[in-house]
Amino acid sequence: MFNALRKGFGLTGKTMFRRPVTTQYPEVKREPQPRFHGRHILNRYEDGLEKCIGCELCAWACPADAIYVQGADNTPEARYSPGERYGADYQINYLRCIFCGLCIEACPTRSLTMSHEYELASDSRESMIFTKDMLMAPLPAGAKPTPHTDAEVAARGLTYYPGPAAQRTIGGPPARAWHDPDDPATPEEAVGPATVKLGGGETEPPTHGEH
Amino acid sequence: MDLVDFTITSAVVIAGFALWLLSTAVFIWGERRIVAKMQSRIGPNRLGPFGILQTIADGAKLFFKEDIRPAGIDPVVYFIAPASSAIIAMLTIAVIPFGGTFEIGPVLDLPLLDPIDIGVREVSLQIWDPEIGMLWILAMGSVAVYGVTLGGWASGSKYSLLGGVRSTAQMISYELAMGLGLAAVFVWNGTLQSSAIVEAQSRLLELGPISLPTWNILPQLPAFALFFISAVAEAERPPFDLPEGEGELVGGFNTEYSGAKFAMFFLAEFMGVITMSAITVTLFLGGPAGPLFGLDGTFAGALLGLLYFAMKVFAFMFVFVWLRGTLPRMKYDRLMDMGWKVLLPIGLVWVMATAGIVVAQETVERGTVLRGVGLAVAVLLGIVLLLPLFERRRGVEPADGDVEGDVAASDDTLGDLRRVIDERTPDRVSVES
Ligand code: SF4
Ligand code: SF4
Repeated sequence: MFNALRKGFGLTGKTMFRRPVTTQYPEVKREPQPRFHGRHILNRYEDGLEKCIGCELCAWACPADAIYVQGADNTPEARYSPGERYGADYQINYLRCIFCGLCIEACPTRSLTMSHEYELASDSRESMIFTKDMLMAPLPAGAKPTPHTDAEVAARGLTYYPGPAAQRTIGGPPARAWHDPDDPATPEEAVGPATVKLGGGETEPPTHGEH
Repeated sequence: MDLVDFTITSAVVIAGFALWLLSTAVFIWGERRIVAKMQSRIGPNRLGPFGILQTIADGAKLFFKEDIRPAGIDPVVYFIAPASSAIIAMLTIAVIPFGGTFEIGPVLDLPLLDPIDIGVREVSLQIWDPEIGMLWILAMGSVAVYGVTLGGWASGSKYSLLGGVRSTAQMISYELAMGLGLAAVFVWNGTLQSSAIVEAQSRLLELGPISLPTWNILPQLPAFALFFISAVAEAERPPFDLPEGEGELVGGFNTEYSGAKFAMFFLAEFMGVITMSAITVTLFLGGPAGPLFGLDGTFAGALLGLLYFAMKVFAFMFVFVWLRGTLPRMKYDRLMDMGWKVLLPIGLVWVMATAGIVVAQETVERGTVLRGVGLAVAVLLGIVLLLPLFERRRGVEPADGDVEGDVAASDDTLGDLRRVIDERTPDRVSVES
């Protein structure tokens, strides 16, 4: 018993003279681990087009029913995303979200990813429902804010969707933005952001495999 | 009592209570800082240097918090309980001498005033010095139980009632052991008066070239151990903080209290630690006694005594904090077992032994031989009295092969558990640590 007492009191006695491991949080902020699930972010392509196509797969995947998506059609004059549709209304209720990440697994375009932002406290319920403008990633350098016109998009000659799904529409006005099927490596896929730091609009290399 | 006496007394009373309150605030802050250090944290550091103003902020917060009164309470008792707790905590410390004595007069020479002839007055830094000082402490300790019981009962909640009953049971059982520790001291010193007990300890024992202070801790070591353990339990501090067992009782007897009333309980609890430390210092460590460098009887000497007293009390308060930082909470049955079956018999035996020694000293003029004989008899008596207890302890050891028994019998619990598991599941590969 005395040995146990000596050990126990010795440990607390010794620890008293060690440096505490506390992080002085509001003053000192530590960057979380790369896989950290912070609040969501809706990503953009290099040229500023939104990746979200309003498919609602994220909303369906969410176990907490935290996401609300309403899609709308792109028009030749007002194009928000490549393809037919875009997410017109997008909301995430952070009073419900459990940060499980199932929504980002479900997203087919890697539009939805999670950022490293964790300071989400608020004192009103309304402000905990994040809308599209709050979730949208900042514009990449030199990019134009949405909506774009189809003519502008076609002039850039970018490939948004590589692989077999990417096919040119024959006849009529292009439903999709222009792309080059012979060039599989697009700037977007090379740096496809699994995690996006807020603030600069710059992206990080993906930290886990593609989905 | 004339005006001068009245002024002096009031000054001492105000200074005394102010000091106690101040040290309570310092203790609450200090405990949080020290326990944090022991756990590799920093602790309060927002308000003032090293967070020293944290207690004030906490207090202010508590007092301005919404005061929720549950339905179904007994309003009068509900209010009296916390107040009585706090008042009794204050009353207990009144009889403790917290500094030396000094003389003023015969002429008081105040600036801007004509000198006043007040005669020689002796002032002692003690709020009240009754001849039954130690009994007063015991009595207040018993009354303190009421605050807890009534608080638990008046809340009209089962959790509170259970918590109150539990606290009461604990406080009563440890009060007995504590009382015996006290009794041994006043049998030894032959007085109940706290100032006289301090006085008796301020003599020096000349042993050839070295002189030792005659602090009671040396001759009364068993009483000291007994008293201190019971003091920790009586103050309901870890590892004996069962009245608060969050798992089963939510918050104990004070579950239904909020705001200022909760603050009263809180204050009383922390004051209890200081009180217990102060009583221990007074009884066993010579109170404010210490080398005075020829300043006896002067104001500076009295302040020096205050400094010694504060140092000793703070040392004990640190022990309280260290206990909290290290030991886990005890199980309730163990606590009760320890109070009734270990501390109480030891206390009884020791009081008897002390009485024997004192009587022997008085009759045979401080015969050292007799002192030894008395001690031997006491120890023998103690062993005889305590033997059945340990016998039964040994008897209930579980049979061999029982997992719990195997584990309990070994010091290396984890290794043993692993061995037992391996023995029982031979097809499983043993995991090396
Ligand atoms: S992280 Fe989980 S809970 Fe939160 S929005 Fe996505 S799917 Fe729903
Ligand atoms: S975020 Fe992704 S999954 Fe959700 S609607 Fe947009 S494209 Fe679909």
